[in-house]
Amino acid sequence: MALLEVRNVGKSFGTLRALDGIDIAVQAGTFHGLIGPNGSGKSTLLKAIAGAHFPNSGSITFDGRDITTATPYERARAGLSLKFQITAVLPELSAYDNVLLALQSDQSLWSLLSSRTRRRLNGEVMTALERFRLADRADDLAGELSHGQQQWLEIAMALAPRPKLLLLDEPTGGMSPEERRVTGELLQPIRSHCALVIVEHDLDFIKDICDHLTVLDQGKVLDDGTVAEIERSTRVQEVYTSRV
Amino acid sequence: MTAILSLPARRGAKGLRVLPIVEIATLVVAIAAPFVLSDRIDLVTLATNVLILSMLAISFDLCWGLSGIMSFGQALFFGVGGYVIALVGRDLGFSHIWGTLPLALLTGFLLSALLGAFLLLGRKTPTVIFVALGTLTGSYAAERLVSGWQYVGAGNGLSSIKLLQAGSYEFVEGTAFYFLALATLLVVYVAARILMRSQLGLVLAGMRQNEERLAFVGYRVQLFKALVFSVAGAIAGVAGALYSYHQGFIGPGNMGPGLSTTAVLYCLFGGSGTLIGPILGTIAVEVITYALADIDAIKSIWPVVLGLVLLGVVMFQPKGILGFFVSDRERIGSYGERPQRGA
Ligand SMILES: Nc1ncnc2c1ncn2[C@@H]1O[C@H](COP(=O)(O)OP(=O)(O)OP(=O)(O)O)[C@@H](O)[C@H]1O
Ligand SMILES: [Mg+2]
Repeated sequence: MALLEVRNVGKSFGTLRALDGIDIAVQAGTFHGLIGPNGSGKSTLLKAIAGAHFPNSGSITFDGRDITTATPYERARAGLSLKFQITAVLPELSAYDNVLLALQSDQSLWSLLSSRTRRRLNGEVMTALERFRLADRADDLAGELSHGQQQWLEIAMALAPRPKLLLLDEPTGGMSPEERRVTGELLQPIRSHCALVIVEHDLDFIKDICDHLTVLDQGKVLDDGTVAEIERSTRVQEVYTSRV
Repeated sequence: MTAILSLPARRGAKGLRVLPIVEIATLVVAIAAPFVLSDRIDLVTLATNVLILSMLAISFDLCWGLSGIMSFGQALFFGVGGYVIALVGRDLGFSHIWGTLPLALLTGFLLSALLGAFLLLGRKTPTVIFVALGTLTGSYAAERLVSGWQYVGAGNGLSSIKLLQAGSYEFVEGTAFYFLALATLLVVYVAARILMRSQLGLVLAGMRQNEERLAFVGYRVQLFKALVFSVAGAIAGVAGALYSYHQGFIGPGNMGPGLSTTAVLYCLFGGSGTLIGPILGTIAVEVITYALADIDAIKSIWPVVLGLVLLGVVMFQPKGILGFFVSDRERIGSYGERPQRGA
C-alpha cells in the first residue's frame, strides 16, 4: 500500500475549482515531483495534504490512516512535514532555536518548562544545521540569513522531527544555480527514511532528483508516471509548449 | 569600559544587557520606597496600589506580549478574585492568607481556563479580533451581572471587607501591606520570568512570530495559549484579592472593560513582551494620574488623555518606554546559551 493516497480530492475557492478530482499515490522512499503551470493547483494540493485547508470532497490516507480532516498538529505527529512556498522561518529567533523548536514539539510540558530539552537535543540540532551548511550561522537570527539559507533552514526544520513524508513547495525558488545544485545534493540522503513530494518550476532540477512525476493542469491530473514516461508524454509537451 | 570589552566575547554581538539593570534598579527603588515615603501614608497606599496593579499588567503581558492573545478581559479575573475573598470574609468570616490567596488564585485559574477553552480551543483557529471581543464581552457581561445582583452588593459593590490575616496579625494599609504586595509581585515576576526564558517560552515566542508554522511542526498551539491564558487569569485573581483587601472595597468597576483596558495601557505603555515593561508602565500611568488628580481642570478630561496616550503608543512607539533603551534582540530574549560542544 502506498504511503500517501489522495483519492478524488476536490477543493473550490468560491466558484474556482482549484482541485478537481485529484488522484495521487506516493510510495514510501520515493521522490515524487509535482509540476504544472502557474495556478494549476500544486500548492493547494500540498496544503490539503498537510492540513492547511480541508478538501471539499475526496479522501487522503497517510500511512494507513484517513487524515482527510485531521488537524495540522495531528498530521505532523503522524509523520507529515511541510515547507511552505513562502518561506516561513521564525525571523526573530536564531537559526539554532528554529531547529530546536522543530525538534522539541513532542516533549512534555514539564521538560519544556525545565528547559532540559535544550541540552538533550543539542547534538541533533547541530547535526541538522551542519547538514544544511548552517552550523556557523547557528546564533544568527533566521531573518538575517540569505534567502537561500532561509530555505535550507526551513527544510532542516521540516526534517528535524524525522517525518515519513516531506512536502516541499518550491524549495529552490529564488536560489542561484549553485544553491539549487547544493539543495539537490542535500536532499539525496533523506531518501533512506523519508519520501518526498516536491513542487518545482525548474524542470531540470526536478528531473534530476525525482523518480516519479505528476503533472497538474487546471486542478486535474494531466499525466502521471516515471520521469522518462513524462518526458515522452505528448499531452504534457502540449501544455508546456503552449503555456509556459 | 575597557573591563567590559576585555571580557570573553559572549555569543553574538549582543552588547550590554540592559534589562537586568532595569530590573535590579526597579527592585531597589521598590524596597526603599516605603522608608522614603514613611511619613506620607497616602503615598505608601499609592505605591501599594501600583504593585497590585502591576500584577494585573503582567497578567495581560503574559497573554499579549508572551502568547499573542489580545485579552481585553483581564479585569474579569481580577474582579472575581476580589469578590470571592470579600464574600468568603463576609459569609464565612474567613480571611487567612494561606486560604484566601490560593482560593483567589484557583478561582482566577479555573474561570480563565473555562473562558480560554471556549474562546481558544474550538475546531477553527480563533482570530485575534474574535478573542479580543470574546474577552471584552466576558468582562462587560460580568460587570453588568454584578451590578444587578443584590447578594454581591449590586452597584454599590462590597465594602468593609474583612481584613487579611496572617495568624493573629491583620494587614491594614501601610508598610506591612506594601511589603506583602511586593513579595507577591516578586513571586509572580520570578515565576513569569522562568516561564518566559524556558523552552516553553521559546515555543511561545515561535507562536507569536508564526502560529501556523508551529502548528505544522507539531505543536498544539491553541492548547499552549489556553494554558498561558489560565496562568494569567490566576495571577489576575490573586492581584484582585490583594486589591480588595487593601482597598477594603470591591465593585463592579473593578472587573469591567474600563480596568481591562487600563491593564492594556499599562503594558503597552511600558513595553509589552518584557516583564519589567508592564511594571514601569503601571508606575508611570498611576503616578501621573495621582499627580494630576488634584487639578480639577485636568481630572475631568484625564480618561480622554489616557486614551490618546494609548493611541499614540500603539501608533508611534509599539515597543513602549522600554523600546527606547532596550535593543530588539534583548527584548525578544534568548532561551538559554547554546551548549558548547565538548565543553
Ligand atoms: N486561499 C485561496 N483563495 C482563493 N483562491 C485561491 C486560494 N489559494 C489558491 N487559489 C487559487 O487556486 C488556484 C490554484 O492555486 P495554487 O496556488 O494551488 O497554484 P500553484 O499550482 O501552486 O501555482 P504557482 O505555480 O503559481 O505556485 C489559483 O487559481 C489560485 O488563484
Ligand atoms: Mg504554488
